[in-house]
Amino acid sequence: MAILEIKNISKVFEDNLVVDNISLNINQKEFFTLLGPSGCGKTTLLRMIAGFTKPDSGIILLDGIDITNLPPEKRPLHTIFQSYALFPHMTVFDNIAFPLKMAKWNKSKLIEQVEELLEDVQLTKFAHRYPHELSGGQKQRVAIARSLVDRPRILLLDEPLSALDARLREHMHVELVKLQEETGVTFIYVTHDQSEALALSSRIAVMNLGKVEQLDTPQDVYSKPETYFVADFLGKCNLLSAEVLAINHNIITLKVADILEFDLIIDEVENIIVGQKGWYSIRPEKVKAKRQDPDDEDLFSVKATVKGYYYYGDGTLYEFLLANGTKIQSMLSNNKATQASFFNDNSDVIIAFEPESGNFLVR
Amino acid sequence: MQQSKNSKVMLIGGIVGYLFLYIPLIVVILFSFNNSRVNVGWIGFTFKWYKILFADKDLINAALNSLVIASISSFISVILGSLAGIALHKYKVPLLSALILVPVAAPELLVGVALLLFFILMNFTLGMASIIFAHTAFCISFVAVAVRTRMHGMDDSILDAARDLGANQFKTFYLVLLPTIFPGIIAGGLMAFTLSIDDFIITFFTAGPGSTTLPLAIYSMLKMGVTPEINAISTIVIIFTLILTTIASKISPQLFK
Repeated sequence: MAILEIKNISKVFEDNLVVDNISLNINQKEFFTLLGPSGCGKTTLLRMIAGFTKPDSGIILLDGIDITNLPPEKRPLHTIFQSYALFPHMTVFDNIAFPLKMAKWNKSKLIEQVEELLEDVQLTKFAHRYPHELSGGQKQRVAIARSLVDRPRILLLDEPLSALDARLREHMHVELVKLQEETGVTFIYVTHDQSEALALSSRIAVMNLGKVEQLDTPQDVYSKPETYFVADFLGKCNLLSAEVLAINHNIITLKVADILEFDLIIDEVENIIVGQKGWYSIRPEKVKAKRQDPDDEDLFSVKATVKGYYYYGDGTLYEFLLANGTKIQSMLSNNKATQASFFNDNSDVIIAFEPESGNFLVR
Repeated sequence: MQQSKNSKVMLIGGIVGYLFLYIPLIVVILFSFNNSRVNVGWIGFTFKWYKILFADKDLINAALNSLVIASISSFISVILGSLAGIALHKYKVPLLSALILVPVAAPELLVGVALLLFFILMNFTLGMASIIFAHTAFCISFVAVAVRTRMHGMDDSILDAARDLGANQFKTFYLVLLPTIFPGIIAGGLMAFTLSIDDFIITFFTAGPGSTTLPLAIYSMLKMGVTPEINAISTIVIIFTLILTTIASKISPQLFK
């Protein structure tokens, strides 16, 4: 069930169309992520949901009620800011109590509720400290406790982990997912970090230039990208020029990188015509490499030479060249701990992949 | 080795700097207790000059005038200057932020003459009120600059956070913005107060009959030479300023960091 409905929202800043006619439904208890590069409009969209920015057109419904023109303080949702935005002149306790004071809770209930939240985020001992006396991680937890203390309908998170170091960030990933499951509050999370988005979300809206390029589960966004941008933005991806040579029911014959030709089974053929140009996208980890032809009927194979490799610890990323100079990357996992490389530079190999592990993207 | 040598040089430099600043003040304080009409040698300890001072009705009046002017003009400039500082930070109009510094940077002589011409043009009687207006005019800048500096150091998102967590605009102002910029307001207000108390040039141009301030009174006394009474009044002013600055530095770091 949709808790938040965004309908045809647009926003112009100084002649720039920052958010371009976006419509989205966000479901109850969902961990929903807006993912995109800086300037894609994700933060503006979040600020419009929070009420800090007025959309130029379109409406926002919360539980079916129009909140487009409500000021931020009247919306039953809270934001976690990138800088945490703790009140510097208030103790941890007073920071967390702030929303309850604004809602005029009676004192004993307020104290009880704040103490419960302090316990939840393990900050009971720090209740009377000021924000400048806390570490980054502790500030983060105060911000979370303050935003959840009055059980909002939705929690908006604006790149909340970007100020933390890598280890703490990974720890917070686990904490955030746990918190979301325990509280049952709907999370709308803004990030430019694709691995964070994949790890945390139930659904991801990939945004670019003010539009939603694709809205799917992390699995589908990663393995079935619908546009060049999505394939390119999430993880590493081989993007090869492709042209449709023939269509037979749901099988299309593709000419890829001018020299490869194979059949691809696809779900939808409606938008595709013979002669259609586009890209064939395939993730490096789906491309295998052997010294000899694998002799597997499901695999499409082609000769290539090794151009170079990058050792990543858990895997090695190879760069192969096809006969016409087209680059193809392949991520091979390092099975033997001592093995730095499987192939030498310039040696001949056979690369092979299952056509269906990649996608045809319409231009 | 190099490090400790450097820090020794710095320490000596610091001491010399402070001596340069404070020796004249210490001399003034010492001579205010000297039992001699001339500021030459130490004769003996006395409170005589203070007694003479407190019996001097004109001087006491001038001091009271100064206090009244400083209180009112710093009060008005705290309110107007704070609002100006907040607006300057929020709207960032390029020309305005430079213009707010003009009353601070312009030669006082010019400001004094300009204000005098203004009052004459407006047919405004020179007196206490005109001095208060004049002082407020330049004190606003100091408060505005102090508040704006404080706002620059503030994370703007705390204002959004307050709205987000249920505070309306008014509550956001007095529960979050005001306490955060309060040290700036206090600092600006104290600066305004001290500037007003010891302003001579602008006051000189805008004063009228019956509105003599302490600096004006001291100046007219100086025509008879530096007397021990002047030492005594200066000592009182120094101690008063010292108390004010101590209070300011005690209040602000404790309450707000």
